[in-house]
Amino acid sequence: MIEFIFERYNYWAIIFLMMIGLYVTFQSGNMIKRMVGLSVFQTAVFLFYITLSKISGGSAPIMFGKDYPKKHGDDAHGAGHGADAAHGGDASHGVAASDVDALGRPYVDAYIDPAHPASEMHGLQELYSNPLPHVLILTAIVVGVATLAVGLAIIVRIREAYGTIEMDDVREADIKMANDEAAAESA
Amino acid sequence: MLLDVLSLIPDGLERHLAGLVVIIPLLLAPISAALPNWRISWFITLAGLILSLICAFGLLQQVETSGELVYALGGWAPPLGISFVVDRLNAPFLVLISFIGLLATVFALSTIVKDIVEEKRALFFSAYLMCVGGLLGMAVTGDAFNLFVFLEISSISTYVMVALGATRDRRALPAAFNYLIMGSIGATFYVIGVGFLYAATGTLNMADLSVLLPDVMDSKTVHAGFAFIVVGLALKAAVFPLHQWLPNAYAYAPNFVTVFLSATATKAAFYAIIRMAMTVFSPELDFVEIIFAWVLAPLGALAAIVASFQAIFQTDIRRMLAYSSVAQVGYMVLGLSLATYAGLSASLFHLINHAITKGALFMAVGGVVLTLGSSKLVDLAGVARRAPWTMTALGISALSLVGIPLTAGFLSKVAILEAAFLRGWWWVVVVVGISSALAVLYVGRILETAFFKTPGPAQAKVTEAPISLLIPLWILAILNLVFGLDASFITGLTDGAASVAFSGGQP
Repeated sequence: MIEFIFERYNYWAIIFLMMIGLYVTFQSGNMIKRMVGLSVFQTAVFLFYITLSKISGGSAPIMFGKDYPKKHGDDAHGAGHGADAAHGGDASHGVAASDVDALGRPYVDAYIDPAHPASEMHGLQELYSNPLPHVLILTAIVVGVATLAVGLAIIVRIREAYGTIEMDDVREADIKMANDEAAAESA
Repeated sequence: MLLDVLSLIPDGLERHLAGLVVIIPLLLAPISAALPNWRISWFITLAGLILSLICAFGLLQQVETSGELVYALGGWAPPLGISFVVDRLNAPFLVLISFIGLLATVFALSTIVKDIVEEKRALFFSAYLMCVGGLLGMAVTGDAFNLFVFLEISSISTYVMVALGATRDRRALPAAFNYLIMGSIGATFYVIGVGFLYAATGTLNMADLSVLLPDVMDSKTVHAGFAFIVVGLALKAAVFPLHQWLPNAYAYAPNFVTVFLSATATKAAFYAIIRMAMTVFSPELDFVEIIFAWVLAPLGALAAIVASFQAIFQTDIRRMLAYSSVAQVGYMVLGLSLATYAGLSASLFHLINHAITKGALFMAVGGVVLTLGSSKLVDLAGVARRAPWTMTALGISALSLVGIPLTAGFLSKVAILEAAFLRGWWWVVVVVGISSALAVLYVGRILETAFFKTPGPAQAKVTEAPISLLIPLWILAILNLVFGLDASFITGLTDGAASVAFSGGQP
């Protein structure tokens, strides 16, 4: 049991961060702090993805040493999925037949054909971490930055319009305005 | 098919339609932002949406004749590359979003002058194009993570557009801020869920996921992932009780934004729920069925009743209609939670009807607010005498919202009831009955105020809405009547859509 808990220390850290983020987002009355909470929450999710991709002992996912592809298409993988119907093309092309699509354009992903995992195709010598989550999280970070920017811009406008960035004060000002309007109507 | 759109499209472009439908609005967005005059910007937006609509119709025609269409972006073959997949489930959504988007753009020409200051109008259209592109992307993508990216593209531009309502009413700012916080949490929940699925299967492609998931169905990881995905998307779709952001955002956003959002944004998120729950997961799975029957069904029923009840007591007509939207989402959730072919088809039928109805209602309200300057219910007293065309269209759509026979709303409510009977859920009748009775009350308040009260001096300045507003308004209002008489076009689409989700076994 203890082992089970401590083996997964990375997940505990992520859960801890996530809860801090969510708590601040909901509890804080200050809008800037809410944005901070939101960012912490999102960052925890980014860490979750990154920790998924880590293989113990694996290096950064850039092929190096013996794995470095010297010449495009001159190793075993061409023959490996030549029979792959989805990749059918004309054999007259210089590189392996399976590397071109119906229009004669090379498939950019010939190296990483899912039907023939890289490890089996090339017999990779080194151990790599999974690169995909990193790419996903780069995208998610950009999205997070955009959200943060829009959020802060709206806060600036709220400060101009209301003179405060406390949720409670803004709400009070709104209620007061609604009451004044109702009073003006009945008068 | 109504018309042969494919013959209009050049041969070489036919196979790129799936990409073009999204790329066109996204590419035009920065161009629109850079233009000096907002009228040119409006024109570009209009042109972009017409092109998108043509592409969407072309896609619909292609999938109706030749079935599913897979478009590998950049030549990277799926499942590793990102693919756009068009089938009979999402093609109707593409048409719906671009069609409503086009009508909303026409509507924008006359209302935007009142709502947004001149130097921001070109930028506003840029944000709008981003939003349309994002929503279309959500509908067309075949990659679970890509869906998140499009979801956020559309959401972030939506926050900006809602906040622009501050020109008229400063309360738009806190509304936009709350929407931003809730929306980001929803999107992040979705990402967590997708992360769990990725951890369990090692793929993000939806088609690939649906193949690999059955093998790992018993793992807690997948169950948690499903829960996160459904909660995150339900927040975006304003499923009760996650709808708190919606009434304020709809009430204070510029008129044009409300028209567009009410008819498309929650619908695209609802599509994402259907896509994830019905085709990536499968409704035949035990835990999916349990969540549908014991979580979504009661929430849908509660939404239909509680939100309708709240709508009655609103003093602002736009807030009233916003609460009514939450109630209508409740109907859709009810139909979906039946987890049957008939239920899904009825749910989609109601979704399309509601997009048309609510679009028309918000347009009519916008048309009156244009000259009245207020969206308070009391201020609408007797405006029907001043603006008969606008208010007649509002009347027709309002009746469709209640579900009076001969309107589209009636047919889709009946379809939901029929589907519920097939499943043996008799209590749905009670829910729909109560909710419709409540809808009569709030719609009755609107109609009574607008048609039968004596106009005061405040209403003297109200005039008929400009023609550029009446055209899209009446197109939607007449569609309400046409589909109320003969809905075979829509039901054909929704049956086809439901058959995608239930291809295994059932009709």
